[in-house]
Formats: sequence, structure tokens, C-alpha cells
Amino acid sequence: MNLPQPEPGRPEPFNEMRAPDGGVREAYRAYAAWLADRSTDLLQHKSRQADLIFRRLGITFSVYAEDSDTERQIPFDIIPRILDAEEWRLLSEGVCQRVRAINAFLHDVYHDQDILRAGRIPASLVLTNQAFRPEMLGLALPRAVYAHVAGIDVVRVAEREFYVLEDNVRTPSGVSYMLENRETMMRLFPELFADSAVAPVNHYPEMLLDALVATAPPGAADPTVVVLTPGQYNSAYFEHVFLAHEMGVELVEGQDLFVEDDRVFMRTTEGPRRVDVIYRRVDDAFIDPLTFEPGSCLGVPGLVAAYRNGRVALANALGTGIADDKAIYVYVPEMVRFYLGQEPILKNVPTYQLRDTEERAYVLDHLEELVVKEVHGSGGHGMLVGPASTGDECRAFRERILAAPDDFVAQPTLSLSTCPTFVDRGVAPRHVDLRPFVLSGETTTVVPGGLTRVALREGSLVVNSSQGGGTKDTWVLED
Amino acid sequence: MLGRTANNVYWMARYFERAENVARLLEASYNMSLLPSVNGKVPKEWEAPLGMTGSRQRFVERFGDITSAGVIEFMALSADNEGSIAHSIGRARDNARATRSELPLELWQGINQTWIDLQDMSYPRLVDQGFAEFFEWVKERSHLFRGMIYGTMRRGDAFMFARLGTFVERADNTARVLAAKWNMLTPLGPRVVAAEDYYRWGALLRSFSAFKAYREIYRGNIEPRRVAEMLILRDDMPRSLHACYDELCAISRDLRRDGVCARLAKETRGRIRASPIDVVLRSGLHRYLYEFLGRNNRFSNLIEKDFMMVP
Repeated sequence: MNLPQPEPGRPEPFNEMRAPDGGVREAYRAYAAWLADRSTDLLQHKSRQADLIFRRLGITFSVYAEDSDTERQIPFDIIPRILDAEEWRLLSEGVCQRVRAINAFLHDVYHDQDILRAGRIPASLVLTNQAFRPEMLGLALPRAVYAHVAGIDVVRVAEREFYVLEDNVRTPSGVSYMLENRETMMRLFPELFADSAVAPVNHYPEMLLDALVATAPPGAADPTVVVLTPGQYNSAYFEHVFLAHEMGVELVEGQDLFVEDDRVFMRTTEGPRRVDVIYRRVDDAFIDPLTFEPGSCLGVPGLVAAYRNGRVALANALGTGIADDKAIYVYVPEMVRFYLGQEPILKNVPTYQLRDTEERAYVLDHLEELVVKEVHGSGGHGMLVGPASTGDECRAFRERILAAPDDFVAQPTLSLSTCPTFVDRGVAPRHVDLRPFVLSGETTTVVPGGLTRVALREGSLVVNSSQGGGTKDTWVLED
Repeated sequence: MLGRTANNVYWMARYFERAENVARLLEASYNMSLLPSVNGKVPKEWEAPLGMTGSRQRFVERFGDITSAGVIEFMALSADNEGSIAHSIGRARDNARATRSELPLELWQGINQTWIDLQDMSYPRLVDQGFAEFFEWVKERSHLFRGMIYGTMRRGDAFMFARLGTFVERADNTARVLAAKWNMLTPLGPRVVAAEDYYRWGALLRSFSAFKAYREIYRGNIEPRRVAEMLILRDDMPRSLHACYDELCAISRDLRRDGVCARLAKETRGRIRASPIDVVLRSGLHRYLYEFLGRNNRFSNLIEKDFMMVP
């Protein structure tokens, strides 16, 4: 198997496997030696086997398309993304620090609002934000945990240089892929795990359950936890099933729950049963038709009242969206300093606010080198990657920005690191990011690993599954 | 367990059992159609699967004449035909998918694999593979399905609702098939079998996996009244109404002793036990079977109501 060599004379993005001198980076040493002895045919065969495993397991995500085949598989790449113990220390401390600060921020903005009064974040940016939920004001949550589960998107540009792209603290998904990818890799390549000390990730569901139980309403002796899903047509349904199964708890839909005397029950074959903690994968807006969207049948009438009376816990809390809004993102390092008195371990990507006249002028002049994002967008949609776009696309986007500058932010195009990836013609570098999953209960922790997403199209920087992205197993090597 | 989950598990099992029964019915029709036909007419065997699933009208609109090829394609592979194997497997999978967290992983994978294989199936491939082999495959998948339920599921509510589904559906099917075939095969009354119908009765027995058992129990030639006795009254025949209700009595009692479902199951079994076959035939087999179908249907509705399966 020939390994990709850097092209001479052109600056290459940081390669996770290859050192600039052409040698193999420490973390990949054992793996690269193994890979060098493997034929393309073998890898091709293993890759096909992986597809079959995923198809048989029914690991699919739904796409909202008009054709009837609405179940798709996310392509899985058989070459792992490997981090050594030291890299992981930096990353794990960095993401946990961020999540601690975000939880402190959420508690603060729904109580005393110290950070606003101190002028560290503009009050109007928070209080008039659509994601700010006045229903949460003054509500004391167990252990003051708001973001029980956070998916922090991190990219790498150099040896010790990581940037946080986004903090996902509403209902972040993808963790089932982290777990299934590992499972599949262990089935396909058992010998690789026998030889190297890859930190396990499969205790994630237990840790999640611990965090959920730890944040149950006071007084629930042996709390009953459920996973609330919008149902089988939701794009992440497989994950909801997977987590409920792994935690050994019921997977419920809104219609299975009802509220009586501010207490929440599920309909079971033995009659109503009390529910204490709801790990909900339904968005705020659909959770209770009496409070939010009146037409929603995904939610449970009366749930918010029960929640406000401390009779049931929701994970994540309502109103966490105020912390992962792209306009608030800019202030997360400030939160770290304000609440924890520490310097942020991980950097933010410099972000231009297009509502600011000067910054807007700069961005409009440099569209072809920047990435412009919609403040409320997600999934890689509504996004302009300047260097990869045509002049026409840039011009069209300029119109949209001028029409509603508040809705956009811009960032420099980062040269995301690449990781060797098995593609049609063998192994080639493709851009990757990483989403570690941070859990907050009694403490804030992160499982060693995460979801590595890879942009399978050559040169593409967009890793979203809806835009031709795939996933990889992520290995953290133990000391 | 959640009422909705119980509902999903119940219907998952009903639909899978239904798929198997359609395969059995098609297999019987196919085997009968290979026999020399009376007066060179198109064998009326192919009417039965359409009649029983109430899809004759839709078939004729789409295919015109009733031919073996048309019926097999329509009843095996047309997912938009609600009576087809493909439709039943699809519904079984939908129900399993909606409650995957309650099912053992291998059970879900088995169901999903069956569905995937059927998705890849087309009529030309079916012809290639051979009809008999295809029916055999469907039956095997169904055996595997029940075997996995039996061999891997905790003996909890999900297990019991799956078993309920299997036996309610099976009882329904046995009664329907017998009702549909009876008149067709007994033009001369229940004690006489025309020579050419002898093999047809054999094919029918085989479709219930009961041919060998018939020989063991009765030893002599095939008599319609004995076939009816076997498929209705004998508690040692796994597809008989009696055997189905033995199971349903035991399961509904385990679920909720003295519940309304357990009572109805026991009552229905009591009726089956009360009349010997000659009494049944005297009062009219059709009337008897349709009354049974009504009770079986009531039992199914009662389960859904009693266990909060519908909000």
C-alpha cells in the first residue's frame, strides 16, 4: 500500500499521519506500519464489509427527500483518526473547560445575569435572542447543569493548534456513530486493537445514564429515566434507539407521556408509570404545545409546567440554545475567563460580526477568502466557503448579506487538517474535524474519542453528512 | 413496557406470521396448479389467494387475466398490495424499527435482513431462484424470526406480546384458508374426495405442514372431515385453532390473570373444545369458522384496549 506523499512546492494542510519531513507522526507509527503491509484489495474488501455491517444494523439517517428511499447510510471510512495521549489531554481539558463555562453562563443568564451587568457580553444580544427562553428565568436546576450533553466541534490546523468551530448544546447528535464505528473497527481489524492501547469508548451510555440520574429532581429515590424521540422519521432516530437500548431505559414519543398534577407519567401495559428524567431529543419549540408550538404533536401538554415546578428533569435543559448561537459563540472565551478565572485552552476561530459596519466592509472586500455562515443555520447549509466558490456564488451571497447583515458571521477559511482516507484509488488525504461528547452530571467529563467527520470529496472542507461527509473511528492512544 | 411498544411488538409478529401464511398459501396454489387441471381450465387455485386477501378487484385492474405468474408477482412482491408478502414484511419491519430498543439486536437484524433481501428481489429474479425455493425462504425467515424470539428474548412483556401476535394471526389464517378451500374441494360433500382432488387435499395439508401428521394420526386416505378436525380441533397440531388458543390462553393469563383478555381466550377455547367435528359440520363449517374469526378479532381488539396499546 503506497502512502500518500506531500506534493513538493505547495503548502500542505496539517496531515494527521505525515510529518512535514515525510516521516510518520508518533501517534500513527504502529498503524502506518500495519497499513504499509496491506493491499488495496484487502482494504477494499474490508470497506465493503463495513458497509454491509452498517446496512444490516440499520444504521441510517433519514433525509427529507421526495423519493421514497429516505434512509441513507453515512459513509464510513476504515482508516482511523488517531490522537496520542498528550494531544488528547489538551483537547479534553479544553472542551471540558468550555462546557463548564457554558453551564455557568446558562445558569447566570437565567438568574442574576452578572456577566451582562459586568458588560462582558452585550445584554441585548442575549435578551432579545430567539434562543433565550424567559420560561427558564429563576428556575433552579439540579446541580445547575443545563448542557448535560455537549458536542464541541474542533478542528486542527497545526501540531498544537486546535480551534473550536461550534459548541452544540441543544440536542447534539452523532455519538452513536462514535460507538458503532468503534464496534465495527473492532470486528474488522481485531489485530489492531490487540497491538495498540486504544482507549475504550463503549462506556459512554453508562456515563450518560450516570449524568442523567445525578441531575434528577430532588426526592426521586430511584429515578426513572426515558429517552424522548420525535419518532422513527427523525433523522437521528437510530441514535435515539441505540442510546435507550444501551442505557436500558424506555424510548418514548410524546404520545406515550402525559402530565397529571404536574407529574409526568408514561403509558405502560401495567398502567401509568412516573417519569423523573427525560433525555429529550425533541427541540425546545416542540416539547410542549401548551407553551410553545401549539400545533406540535411531538411534545407533551403540560410538560413545561411540571418542569418549572421541579417535578421532572429535562436534559438538555430548555433554553440552552442561547449558548450555542453563532453570535454568542464569540464570547465563550470571555465566559471561561469570567466564570472560571482561567485562560481558554482552546481557541475560538476569529469571527467577524456582519452587523458591525467596519467588520462588514472588511468581509465584503474579502469574500473569496472567508467562510460566511448564517447565525441560525446548521448542517452546513446556508454557508459560503469563499475559496471554493465561484464569483457568481460570492456575488449572490453578497446580496443576501446586505439584505440582512445581522443574520451572518464570517470567519477566515481554516486549513483543516487532513487524515489519510480510503477512497476509490487508494489512500488519500481528506479534511477532518472532530466532535468530542462532553457529559455534565456530578462532574464534567468526556469519553476519550469522539466523532471524526471527513469531507470525502477531494479538497472539500464541508464535513456534514448531508453534504457528502463521512465518518471515521477516532482513537485516543493511552500512555 | 410502553403500551405503544406492546402494540409495535404485537403487530410486528402478526405481520411476519402473515407473510409466512401468504407464502404457504401461494405454495399450496402453486403445487395444486402443477397437477393436471380438470377440463384443461386455468386452475381456480389462483383465485384463492386473491379472494382471501380481498384484492381480486385490484389484481384484475392491474394484470387482467388471473395467471399464476401474475398472482405470484402480485402476492409476493407488490409492496403496494396490502396482502402481499413484501407489504407484510415491510410492515413487520416498520413496527420492529419503531421499537428497536426493546428487541434483541439479532432479532432486529434478522427482520431487517429479510426486508433488505426482499427489496433486492424482482420477479425475474424470483423466477430464476424458483418459486418453491422462494416460498421455502420466506417460511425459513419466519421460522428464524420465531426462533429468535424464543431463543433470545427475555420472558417479559415484549416476548408475550410477540407471541400473542403470532398466534392471533395464525388462528385467523387457519380459519380463513379452511373456509376458502372447503367448498372448492368438497363439491360432493365432506366424506367423498374425487380422485383429482385427492392431491389437492394433499397440497393443502402440506401447506399447513400437516401431511405427515395426517398419515400418522389417521393412516387412511384423506377425508375432508378429518382435515377439518385436524386443523380446528386437535390440540397437538401447531397450526390448529385449538393449539393457537391453548397458547393464547396461557399467554394472556401470564400477562394478566383474570383480565378480560384471559377470560375471552378461555371462553373461545371452551367453545372449540365443546363440539366434535361432526357437530361442527352439521351446523355448517362456514358459519362456525366465521363466528370464530369474529371472536378472534374481538380478542385482538380487547388486547389493544386492555393494555393501553392505543392512547
